[in-house]
Amino acid sequence: MSAPQAWTPATSVPEPQASRDHVVAGLKGTDEGGADLVQLLTPEGLRMADPRFDRFAADVDVPALQALYRDMVLVRRFDREANALQRQGQLGIWVPLLGQEAAQIGAGRAMAPQDMAFPSYREHGVAWARGIDPTELLGIFRGTDNGSWDPIATGFHLYTIVIGNQCLNATGYAMGQKFEGKVGDGPDAEATICFFGDGATSQGDVHEGFVWAAVYDAPVVFYCQNNQWAISEPTERQTRVPLYKRAQGYGFEGIRVDGNDVLACLAVTRWALEECRTGNGPVLIEAFTYRMDAHTTSDDPTRYRLADELELWKLKDPIERVRVNLVREHDVEQDFFDDVQAGSDELAARFRQFCTDMPPPAPDRMFSQVYAEPSPNVEAQREAFLAYHASFEGV
Amino acid sequence: MAVLTMAKAINDGLRAAMERDPKVLVMGEDVGKLGGVFRVTDGLQKDFGEQRVLDTPLAESGIIGTAVGLAIRGFRPVCEIQFDGFVFPGYDQIVSQLAKLHFRSQGKVRMPVVVRIPFGGGIGAVEHHSESPEALFAHVAGLKVVACSNPVDAYWMIQQSIASDDPVIFFEPKRRYWEKAEVDVSATPAPLFTSRVARPGTTLTLAGYGPVLKTCLEAATVAEADGHDVEVIDLRSLSPLDLDPVFSSVRRTGRLVVVAEAPSETSVSSEVAARVQQECFHSLEAPVLRVTGFDTPYPPSKCEEDFLPDLDRVLDAVDRSMAW
Repeated sequence: MSAPQAWTPATSVPEPQASRDHVVAGLKGTDEGGADLVQLLTPEGLRMADPRFDRFAADVDVPALQALYRDMVLVRRFDREANALQRQGQLGIWVPLLGQEAAQIGAGRAMAPQDMAFPSYREHGVAWARGIDPTELLGIFRGTDNGSWDPIATGFHLYTIVIGNQCLNATGYAMGQKFEGKVGDGPDAEATICFFGDGATSQGDVHEGFVWAAVYDAPVVFYCQNNQWAISEPTERQTRVPLYKRAQGYGFEGIRVDGNDVLACLAVTRWALEECRTGNGPVLIEAFTYRMDAHTTSDDPTRYRLADELELWKLKDPIERVRVNLVREHDVEQDFFDDVQAGSDELAARFRQFCTDMPPPAPDRMFSQVYAEPSPNVEAQREAFLAYHASFEGV
Repeated sequence: MAVLTMAKAINDGLRAAMERDPKVLVMGEDVGKLGGVFRVTDGLQKDFGEQRVLDTPLAESGIIGTAVGLAIRGFRPVCEIQFDGFVFPGYDQIVSQLAKLHFRSQGKVRMPVVVRIPFGGGIGAVEHHSESPEALFAHVAGLKVVACSNPVDAYWMIQQSIASDDPVIFFEPKRRYWEKAEVDVSATPAPLFTSRVARPGTTLTLAGYGPVLKTCLEAATVAEADGHDVEVIDLRSLSPLDLDPVFSSVRRTGRLVVVAEAPSETSVSSEVAARVQQECFHSLEAPVLRVTGFDTPYPPSKCEEDFLPDLDRVLDAVDRSMAW
């Protein structure tokens, strides 16, 4: 160790070693995700060979690719419908997933039925892949419930709104899978996948989740959708290193995948889940993508990011590249696309109708299920509340 | 009947619960090989293995957060927080997930998690080792909060907490860990979320919980010499509070002194006082008095004897109430 240098007051602010632009460029790899990015389908729709991950997409024939396309179009369609419903006052807020369809459908469709997902609050595409009807998401944003699906039966936990909390819950669940002997080569082997964003990576709970999962060899895939923005803060406000590289420090593998490439997201997530099921977890996946819309309907991205950036990412649209691939490499006819379009319009109409027909919850809904074994205090309050309401009858 | 310390009684209770249900896990810092810093989990890892008694990484949010996930999977984790003042890194998971998941899922997800917290002062410890944060949990809907005061209750209440399908914050008065009592393991315990008349009396009611219960009983004995027949109630359950025995006691005695180590402002003791004046207004012969810690941070330990409610302060309150 060299002797400490005597401290002298600076006469001027020193030039930073790396300029802001330099850091941004290094992190974003000029918005292309860098050399380590796993990509099977280019933005132009070209199928690229990948010696490591091709075998995890080998079974994706034309009908399967069409199914992924259909998933993404339908998910985008109801996402847009929800945005419109918020603008029309039917929803209090909506959290758009626009631009992240591939990251979510790829990961969601990679899951086996027995696997478990822990979402944050933007995972409408994963919910779709788990067989949850999009109308079941509406209550959260209309204010009638906190998510009406059964987390256990669907293998899809409730949305978690406190940033990063679910990384520990997912890790605990995965530890349970391991304790129950569900890790191994058997057909009933299980894994857990945890969804979070680039902003969440700064949370202590994500760090602790990584630590716990590593020391208990928990079968959990940490699936970080780096959509470049945590509301108004760019990724460089969260990290100096590319996020997938953090895994190395915890002792497990991290992979950066093109989050706008549904085929790559499917293949890499299948690989990662398989690693976990067979006892080689955990794994970190950074799905490099872009939040095309606002953080929520309450947000105004024009205050903090340039329109040029959005235009650049539009060229990498996750749905368009699959369409181009289907047409150019597989001669899929227009009828298919028309059919998907018609299906998505039908879904949107049903979604809208369901939303506007939703009854408000009963006034005493708030007293329901606070505890498994009802608390006498809460029950007494419910009784008094109902009596108070009843006192207005006939007035 | 075995004579057990409170620490051993909890240990035996944990052991009984683990033998009864293979889904019961014990997890926390140093709970395995070491047996916990107070030895409450002594020997459990040796007998149940590392997969049921987990020496966890040193992070409280991680302990609670993974316990939540394990509970979703169907386990019944018993988490140990090493000291009261270290629970706060886990407070977010307790309040945001543990307390709310049953409600958020409308009963589809249950949270049978116990969080054991050694609490209170009187052991000459450094900062963050002597606090009484129970009000911060009793205030949170979805949690149940209990405090044991003696080995018999400790033995039963830990098992009942583990059997509860709701999350229970289980406060253990650390300065009473080594006090002994006969524990009849074949007895039928009172329901968990109930208070208990620890000493019947007719002229004044003393209500307390956890470490001060012993102080209250001693005060009752001393007050007897002054001609006061003091009834002592061990609240045991802090959320939900079981106040019917307190109400019926105050209706007979007309006087109530509430004792707690925690600061008085916006506390369990203030809740008891508010509810008693509401339910027993016409029975009260004196205002409800409280003997508590002060509204200060827990002081350096050379001051703690003055901070903690002791025999003299309780007796002073008894005198003031009787003289009203």
